[in-house]
Amino acid sequence: MVAHVIPQPLSTLETRDRPVNQISEFKFSVPVSTHEPAGRSVKVSAKGVTVHYGDKQAIFPLNVEIADKSVTAFIGPSGCGKSTFLRCVNRMNDMIPSCRVGGQLFMDGANIYDKSVDPVRLRARVGMVFQKPNPFPKTIYENVAYGPRIHGLSRSRGELDEIVKTSLEKAGLFGEVKDRLHDSGTGLSGGQQQRLCIARAIAVNPEVILMDEPCSALDPIATAKIEELIDELRENYCIIIVTHSMQQAARVSQRTAFFHLGNLVEEGETTQIFTNPRDERTQNYITGRFG
Amino acid sequence: MAITYGTGVPESKATSSEEFDRRLRRRRRSEFIFACLGLLATSVGLFALAILVIDLAMTGLQRLDVSFFTNYPSRRAGQAGILSAWVGSLLVTIVTGLVGVPLGVSAAIYLEEYAPTNWMTNIIEINVSNLAGVPSIVYGLLALGLFIYGFGTGRSILTAGLTLGLLILPIIIVATREALRAVPSSLREAAYGVGATQWQVTKDHVLPAAMPGVLTGVIIGISRALGETAPLVTIGALSFIAFLPPSPITLEFPFISFAWLFEGFTVLPIQAFNWVSRPGHDFQTNAAAAGLVLLAITLLLNGVAIYFRYRLRKRLQW
Repeated sequence: MVAHVIPQPLSTLETRDRPVNQISEFKFSVPVSTHEPAGRSVKVSAKGVTVHYGDKQAIFPLNVEIADKSVTAFIGPSGCGKSTFLRCVNRMNDMIPSCRVGGQLFMDGANIYDKSVDPVRLRARVGMVFQKPNPFPKTIYENVAYGPRIHGLSRSRGELDEIVKTSLEKAGLFGEVKDRLHDSGTGLSGGQQQRLCIARAIAVNPEVILMDEPCSALDPIATAKIEELIDELRENYCIIIVTHSMQQAARVSQRTAFFHLGNLVEEGETTQIFTNPRDERTQNYITGRFG
Repeated sequence: MAITYGTGVPESKATSSEEFDRRLRRRRRSEFIFACLGLLATSVGLFALAILVIDLAMTGLQRLDVSFFTNYPSRRAGQAGILSAWVGSLLVTIVTGLVGVPLGVSAAIYLEEYAPTNWMTNIIEINVSNLAGVPSIVYGLLALGLFIYGFGTGRSILTAGLTLGLLILPIIIVATREALRAVPSSLREAAYGVGATQWQVTKDHVLPAAMPGVLTGVIIGISRALGETAPLVTIGALSFIAFLPPSPITLEFPFISFAWLFEGFTVLPIQAFNWVSRPGHDFQTNAAAAGLVLLAITLLLNGVAIYFRYRLRKRLQW
């Protein structure tokens, strides 16, 4: 029998509970993901993207390529522009009247800020999970079924049931809620609510999933579950996650981008960013000297 | 259990000084004085309302029987009833609601969700708020000129409903906007995030979440319309009316008739006013009884609204 190396899930508990004061050693013990497919294709790429809120510039010309079927983490101190850039990818910034986006942002080679692109169509392809779990104040079933229903993804009630079931299964929630699909989604625990929000996002069958600090309102156990889930989901989706936890970035991502004061300072393989950063600011941030 | 302050806690330097003790006594005293003033203020309002209701009930309650609701007004106080008045009030209120609620809610949704924030919207907002404070007689004058002389709708139920609909419009707009503004932005983001259009976000998520607040506005508006007298007198509501408008449901095809919209009418407050202004003790009794009925209808409406609001809130768990 051929010995088969089973890839370790990245969210092993050894790094999770590491105290903060050991963070300088931490960079030498980053769990390294060894099962990366070679030559991932580029899903999203930014060319000179800038963002202004009124007169204030939030993002300075930014270039980055984000790979498909992998997890890219955005890290950096508060107010560095990482969430702002994330919200450019599904044009959520369109909601803020004072916000202006410049430059070009490509998805599969097409500029999503082109006049011909309807943001509604874009958001059907780019799902989003928010910082605070925000299920609709409706039933668990309705939370997941809403997206497929408005986009007409099912032709019958049975098909819709199937979408809801597989989405909840993919989000690792089906087992816990299968007997109460018609109870309110807001009655779930925080971690379950966040997985419900992930199920709601994947029910629309997107290609990219944006996660804006998805675990910051959750306890460590719920966080571990979400991280495992992210690791499973990257088989099929391009995932971009904003996080304040460097351990989380190290655990779940293949590539990491470090933002500082509206600039993308450095982007590269997660291992490289955490073990051998090129820029001094990255070095200072990951060793806890500021931020 | 009585709470005792300052025992068992190790005293720090700051809290053991005499100055602190003196100040603390003064702080506790001013707290006590405010609680007393607040209680007084609350009881003044409650007391006045209780006197009002008891006085009305003592005069009018004896007159309240079935015939009071089924009789037309009469020259003999003992046989006079409020049939035409309560039917008129009901029909006018229905038209008012059908005019005021959809217009008010739609305008509020547009202003809150769609309109860009600029000086135009600000001016509209200030004006809408001011409209809520315009004396009702002004609406009566407007209706006289616009509906009766302009559109020729006559001294009818339709004119009354349109007038009161306009009257409650600002109330409903202001309440609906407040309710929409209170919906957390995370809910909107969630819906936009799965690719909903703005209209879908509004009708599927924001409006249902704001519904309890909208309902409060609708009820305040309808209650206000129910008690209005001045604009209806201005547009020529009748005060003595011994017939009912034609029934909205007919036996012949097409089974629905809108002829009642164009009939003359009276409403409860006008009927009550009419009785009050007559000499003789018996008519005063009638007026008090009509007042009681009006009060009961208002309370009933409020009760229904509170029940629905409770049901909606229970369904909307955050």
